[in-house]
Amino acid sequence: MWSRRGHGWRIAALTTIGTAIVLPLVVFVLGPNMPPGKGTPVATSQVTDNTVLLVVMTPFTVFILVYLGYALTAFRAKPGEEGLDGAPLRGHFRSQVAWLASTTAAVLFLAIFGTTELLADNGAGGGAGPNPVTKPGGAPLPVQVIGQQWEFTYRYPTYGGVETATLVLPVGRKIAFHVTSLDAIHSFWAYELGVKADANPGVDNIAYVETKKISTFHVRCAELCGLWHGYMSDTGHVVSDADFASWIAARKRQFAPVMKYLPKYSSSYNPDPTFRAG
Amino acid sequence: MRRRRLVEFNLLTGVVLGIVGFYVGWWLGHLVKAPSLDYFDDTGQNDIALFVAYFTGVVGFLVGLGFANYPVQRMLGKPPSLREKETEGIGRYFGLCTDHKVVGIQYLIGIGAFIFIGGLNAMLIRFELLRPTHLAWNGNNYLTLVGLHGTMMMGMMTSGILGPFANYFVPLMIGARRMAFPRIEALTFWLLMAAGTILMTALAFGGFPTGWTGYAPLSVQANMGMDAYIAFFALVGLSMTLLGLNMLATVITMRAPGLAWGRLPIFVWGTVSTSVLMLLAAPVLISTLFMLALDRTAQTGFFNDQAGGSPYLYENLFWIFGHPEVYILALPGMGIVLELLPVFSRKPLWGYRLAVTGLLGITLLSFLVWQHHLFVSGINADLRPFYMLSTELISLPTGFIFVCALGTLWAGRIRLTVPMLFALAWVFNFLIGGLSGVFLSDVPSDVTTHGSFFSMAHFHYTIMGGLVFAFFGAVYYWLPKMTGFELDERLGKLHFWVMFLAFNSTFGPLLVIGFLGMPRRVVTYAGYLQGANEWVSVSAFVLGASMLVFVANLVWSQVFARVPAGANPWGSKSIEFQLPSPVPVHDFDRIPTFGPDPYPYGGIEEAGFDGTRPAVSPARPTP
Ligand code: HEM
Ligand SMILES: [Cu+2]
Ligand SMILES: [Cu+2]
Repeated sequence: MWSRRGHGWRIAALTTIGTAIVLPLVVFVLGPNMPPGKGTPVATSQVTDNTVLLVVMTPFTVFILVYLGYALTAFRAKPGEEGLDGAPLRGHFRSQVAWLASTTAAVLFLAIFGTTELLADNGAGGGAGPNPVTKPGGAPLPVQVIGQQWEFTYRYPTYGGVETATLVLPVGRKIAFHVTSLDAIHSFWAYELGVKADANPGVDNIAYVETKKISTFHVRCAELCGLWHGYMSDTGHVVSDADFASWIAARKRQFAPVMKYLPKYSSSYNPDPTFRAG
Repeated sequence: MRRRRLVEFNLLTGVVLGIVGFYVGWWLGHLVKAPSLDYFDDTGQNDIALFVAYFTGVVGFLVGLGFANYPVQRMLGKPPSLREKETEGIGRYFGLCTDHKVVGIQYLIGIGAFIFIGGLNAMLIRFELLRPTHLAWNGNNYLTLVGLHGTMMMGMMTSGILGPFANYFVPLMIGARRMAFPRIEALTFWLLMAAGTILMTALAFGGFPTGWTGYAPLSVQANMGMDAYIAFFALVGLSMTLLGLNMLATVITMRAPGLAWGRLPIFVWGTVSTSVLMLLAAPVLISTLFMLALDRTAQTGFFNDQAGGSPYLYENLFWIFGHPEVYILALPGMGIVLELLPVFSRKPLWGYRLAVTGLLGITLLSFLVWQHHLFVSGINADLRPFYMLSTELISLPTGFIFVCALGTLWAGRIRLTVPMLFALAWVFNFLIGGLSGVFLSDVPSDVTTHGSFFSMAHFHYTIMGGLVFAFFGAVYYWLPKMTGFELDERLGKLHFWVMFLAFNSTFGPLLVIGFLGMPRRVVTYAGYLQGANEWVSVSAFVLGASMLVFVANLVWSQVFARVPAGANPWGSKSIEFQLPSPVPVHDFDRIPTFGPDPYPYGGIEEAGFDGTRPAVSPARPTP
């Protein structure tokens, strides 16, 4: 029989080789295809983030799979050995310490890395509550997202508080989404922008993003909100400055007659609570 | 000798009194009138009546089963019997029985049936998702199916291992002959059966739209089916609390002389840590649901932001329970796997203390992570780094479990029996579950994955791939001990391989589908995802079919073939395998003595062991 030391070296070697093969694949093939794509700076850094997570996981995964495969071939009971016991090992201090040290290092790295990414990206596209810890410089364009059963509407406070049923954003601008709800909890998910923020009644949940290129993106509700939740999706547009200006001017004209029926723009609204729906 | 009574208390009387109680309560509830409740008449939705009906129905059911006899006789000053139905015969399975082995088998059958229903729901869900647009169910029915599936599974599987296997084997493993509170033990089971039935009645009241999480304010708006969800989960919570309490009391106070904590089999440690979680987390669930029920009936405003409450409050309370809950589902699986690996590697458990530390570490940390479910909700956004750290820290104790599992294989003599295959599959599946969890714990990454099919696939990897695989490992390992008859090995291997491959082929692609932007709980999805969803659905049907292989195996081997298993079919050194199969009513003739090591495999000389501990004596009851 091979010595136990031999087993250890072979597993170490296989793990190293396996990692050396898989890592480049992860970095160069899988990584660039990670979600949510490179539609905005925030989305791009989420892609980077996902790639880093994959890289950190790779050696551990390869080790465990190699070990499993190796153990199941090398340590199988041979015919005739069924009644016999294996070696009565009850632990091995050095390998336990090595395991603890490497997993701890990985975990601390992940936590620190995630925190820096979160702060550097002003909340990384996630809903950061009414008073985000970090804010982008300059004056982002505020856009209010109002979740309601079962659609999103959008208000542009800097354009007279006009409310529209489609989301149109100017390109190359920092945007501050102010997400709120009139009824149940919804979640505003603009996939390609790398934005997700829950819409809670009475809460102004802010998420920052910067648009990068002229494009369309998917909007879906990502929190179960009742009967038609499965149909609560639409398409948003990132357009040139000129297109945006003419679009919003047209909307202001179009909705001018009904503006007086809209509630005044506010960070959240008080709908009638005494209703009951499916 | 027992006197024959005119009316025997059993399942039949329980069901009859349960139904009577339900209608009495329904009528009583309609007597409640108040101006703020006028809408009851307008909408035909009288939540108060339904809650009262569920309550009186459950009480009637329990009285019919005979749970009132003992307290009543005590109050009347008559000395009641301490044991009930602890006899031979099939009748003891259909009523209140205080034999821990009977309760274990009751759990196995009862919970198994409800989990089967939950699985059927999953098939119906996957059927709808064959097409990106509406196919078979409308929005309400689809959501009800998702809610029924998720709630039934989460409610029943919490006791999926502790119920059948801890009730049956922990008293044996600690040399106790019974649980600390045998009547409470029986009560936990019958509460679950009442709960499961109540959840099914949601269908008669229009279903419920909230999934298993029941977020307010949607759950406050929802129609009467929601009350079934509330009653179900509150009863499950009660059952869990009592189960945890009973297990802890048993292990703490009833270990055989000389059975120190460090000598307990690791499965007992898995049970202890799970019980701690149950005891501390489940009461939070009960209180939360009570508040929700008040919001729905008495028009309080706990979760109504315009009445001084907040939907965040519900989310927080739910996950303060909910995250420990997911570890209530994970820890027993770990206990089972670490129990099985030594038997089939023929080695002691590698790193016993590390494994115990892992289980206890998970128990502690799981109370400190709940807001990772609320990373994009806008609440406590400044605390997200903390919850990110605490969540990632859980991978350390979880890593202990992994390294102990791997170490146990080292230089063993591995036999790939059916239970061993399931235990090894746990290692693989839980690995994927853990890796996908890393994405969810990282806030920037969670912005995409939260609320998507990715997170759904993640928790199926940990619960289905983890707990359910461990559950089947336990079934194949212990069922011959419980019934005395072997399970068929060939059918078992077929079951395993179909289930393992179909499982990965179902939930692996779902991770990708989630990454590509498909949310959970939606009845329609983007057209470009149809191909992938069809693949997943077909795999899911195969996965469902693998369960039929198991049922066939069960029926064939236990009803028709009936090959006697013998006392120790696996050559296990665990104490229960030193007893006859099935275990006799009185468990042991004499309380056994226990050696210092629960896994005395391999000679001590060969080990290069430092020899400070006394020589290993096999854990065998002295006759
Ligand atoms: C036959 C195997 C199973 C299949 C094919 C399956 C399939 C599914 C699917 C497709 C969904 C998502 C529906 C949606 O979000 O639109 C789902 C949700 C869920 N499943 Fe399963 N499942 C299976 C087994 C299990 C098991 C064993 C458990 C737990 C013990 C479980 C727990 C859940 C939970 C908690 C949800 C979430 C429900 C919600 O969104 O509220 N499932 N399942
Ligand atoms: Cu919605
Ligand atoms: Cu959690």
